Amino acid sequence: MLKTFKKGGVHPAENKLSANSAITMAELPKIATIPLGQHIGAPATPLVKKGDVVKVGQIVAQSSGFVSANIHSSVSGTVAKVEDTLDSTGFKRPAIIINVEGDDWLEEIDQSKDIKKEISLSAEDIKKSVQNAGIVGLGGATFPTHIKLSPPPGKTAEVLILNGVECEPYLTADHRLMLEKGEEMVIGTKILMKALGVNKAFIGIENNKPDAIKHLSDICKNYEGVEVTPLKVKYPQGGEKQLIKAVINREVPSGTLPIEVGAVVHNVGTAFAVYEAVQKNKPLIERVVTITGKSVKTPSNFMVRIGTPTIQLIEAAGGVPDDTGKMVSGGPMMGKAISSVDVPITKGSSGVLIFNNTEARRREVEPCIRCGKCVSVCPMGLEPYILMTFAEKQMWEETETESAMDCIECGSCMFTCPADRPLLDYIRLGKTTVGKIIRSRNQ
Amino acid sequence: MSITIVYTIVSLGALGLLAAIILYFVAQKFKVIEDPRIDETEGMLPGANCGGCGFPGCRGFAEALVKADNISKLNCPVSDAAGMVAIANYLGHEAVKATPKVAVVRCNGTCENRQKTNNYDGATLCTIESALYAGDTGCSYGCLGHGECVDACAFDAMYMDADTGLPVIIEDKCVACGACVAACPKDIIELRNAGPKSRRIFVSCINEDKGGVARKACKVACIGCGKCVKVCPFEAITLVNNLAYIDYNKCKLCRKCVLECPTAAIHELNFPPKKAPAPKPEVVAENKGTDEKKA
Repeated sequence: MLKTFKKGGVHPAENKLSANSAITMAELPKIATIPLGQHIGAPATPLVKKGDVVKVGQIVAQSSGFVSANIHSSVSGTVAKVEDTLDSTGFKRPAIIINVEGDDWLEEIDQSKDIKKEISLSAEDIKKSVQNAGIVGLGGATFPTHIKLSPPPGKTAEVLILNGVECEPYLTADHRLMLEKGEEMVIGTKILMKALGVNKAFIGIENNKPDAIKHLSDICKNYEGVEVTPLKVKYPQGGEKQLIKAVINREVPSGTLPIEVGAVVHNVGTAFAVYEAVQKNKPLIERVVTITGKSVKTPSNFMVRIGTPTIQLIEAAGGVPDDTGKMVSGGPMMGKAISSVDVPITKGSSGVLIFNNTEARRREVEPCIRCGKCVSVCPMGLEPYILMTFAEKQMWEETETESAMDCIECGSCMFTCPADRPLLDYIRLGKTTVGKIIRSRNQ
Repeated sequence: MSITIVYTIVSLGALGLLAAIILYFVAQKFKVIEDPRIDETEGMLPGANCGGCGFPGCRGFAEALVKADNISKLNCPVSDAAGMVAIANYLGHEAVKATPKVAVVRCNGTCENRQKTNNYDGATLCTIESALYAGDTGCSYGCLGHGECVDACAFDAMYMDADTGLPVIIEDKCVACGACVAACPKDIIELRNAGPKSRRIFVSCINEDKGGVARKACKVACIGCGKCVKVCPFEAITLVNNLAYIDYNKCKLCRKCVLECPTAAIHELNFPPKKAPAPKPEVVAENKGTDEKKA
């Protein structure tokens, strides 16, 4: 009997079209646009100005607060300007724009393919190295990794869980990374274990990826304390709290972090980035991005330098299909539609999904028929239909008491709703408003 | 038989009397002494409970009025001037006349002026759309057109124009309570002085992008050229972040800026139609004269 989380969950069609296409290196962009805010928290402070010559891996913006991360140049060339550019939401955000010239790396970065198994750094040095490398959670939330490596006083980590679930349909970036960089990833896991001072780690993988489960299980035999946990396929198993419940059967209490139950969760991509930072001295300057969709000619996985324009990757995967209806950054369940293809790939972009016209159509909203399906699928045990009504009627106190803040925005309610009600849109509105109210109350 | 009726009446009457006596003393004991002027003042207020005064409803405002030592800063936007004077007189304060205000929509991004760059198909609520992304046009500042301001208006003073996709304010009905201002997530609506004969001049744009970017997104955007700032004889116009703003307290309604604006972003309202062949200086002089008289 395979493990999974208990409450709710849905089974969207998997559509892992690019699962068999190996990761290829994307071409270097001509102009790289590196946004200063690629993580949750305060945007980084730029360290370069117009005309500066930068090398690959050079730090170009410094972390500007406790929750913030360094940003490194992913290309070599001359800084054209530091100014506000459009991000994927259509708003202007500060970014460093670099005209790419050649591919000149910093000397201290080890570019060789050799796998370095020996972990020589101490726990403190590992944390510093991760912080300097600007590593953030690569699962999509982009929370700075070094903060997760330092549990708050009074709390201790007991177990590390690696998230290789990739429960979003279509996306295959983590899957391919596990297959192709498995050994590095497991060493990265050992590094994270050393930093956290834990001696047990589980890699959670859904059993729709049997090749990855087998490959990593074979590798793990040589590494003490790391174990692969195959999981039953169910969305949203990649949610932090769902994964903890599935793997170690502990429930994170409402309003608290996983460290409350002694767990720390990192994405498999983050583990690989940690390996590269600690063993190879290479900061976070590239990531795997899936370009996929039913009408895309060759759904592919690319290793992409941060700052590459999205359109370049779409061109490499066969161009923009004629019947494109919508483009989504991320997966179909939680991804966000993008309004322009010129936006750059950032640390948090796991994929670009292209919907055709028929898929992109949003059906007409019908009245709620009180079927209760949204309640039965909510993995957090909330009542989405009533949260939506409260947000619609601007009843913020009731929204708060009905635990809107516990919503993980997985979209299962909206996926299952037979009346096509925009449940999550309204719950998100309720969450932001209640969040504002709570903050002003605490001031 | 009749005896039973008498007993019943007597016993129930005695019980009733006893209860009445107890209730009388309890009422005396727990009596809440309230200023009777609060009720009176509340009666003089319009009873719209719109919250435009900043207090929770008319009752809350009446309590604040009675308690306040100085009511010059308290104003009910819904009452006409005479109403507030009557309240001031009743409470023994000096009447302060508030300048009448009216809401204006500072966006003229009609479907024609501001072309769509993408389609939005999410929940039709401005707050939701604005939290998701910049909007379905090139302008990230402009009206989203779902009409949350109209829904917020308790006085039927607004409607959505189906042709332009923008909200329209019915000046006669607008009481400047500010509900629409609070409802708009883009901060497009502003309360401005109603002006003499309801004449007003304002910049109908809040786009802070650089000129070229703003112009590309919308034909009638303020491009921050600063011509109006130069031409204004009263220093009423300021240019901040590529956006001109007319201070309604300084503006004398000379209309020079309206003629100067290259993108027609500055709007004039309720002025008599201009005589087409009339020379410019004459028009200006004439208006200036009348305004000075009023001021």
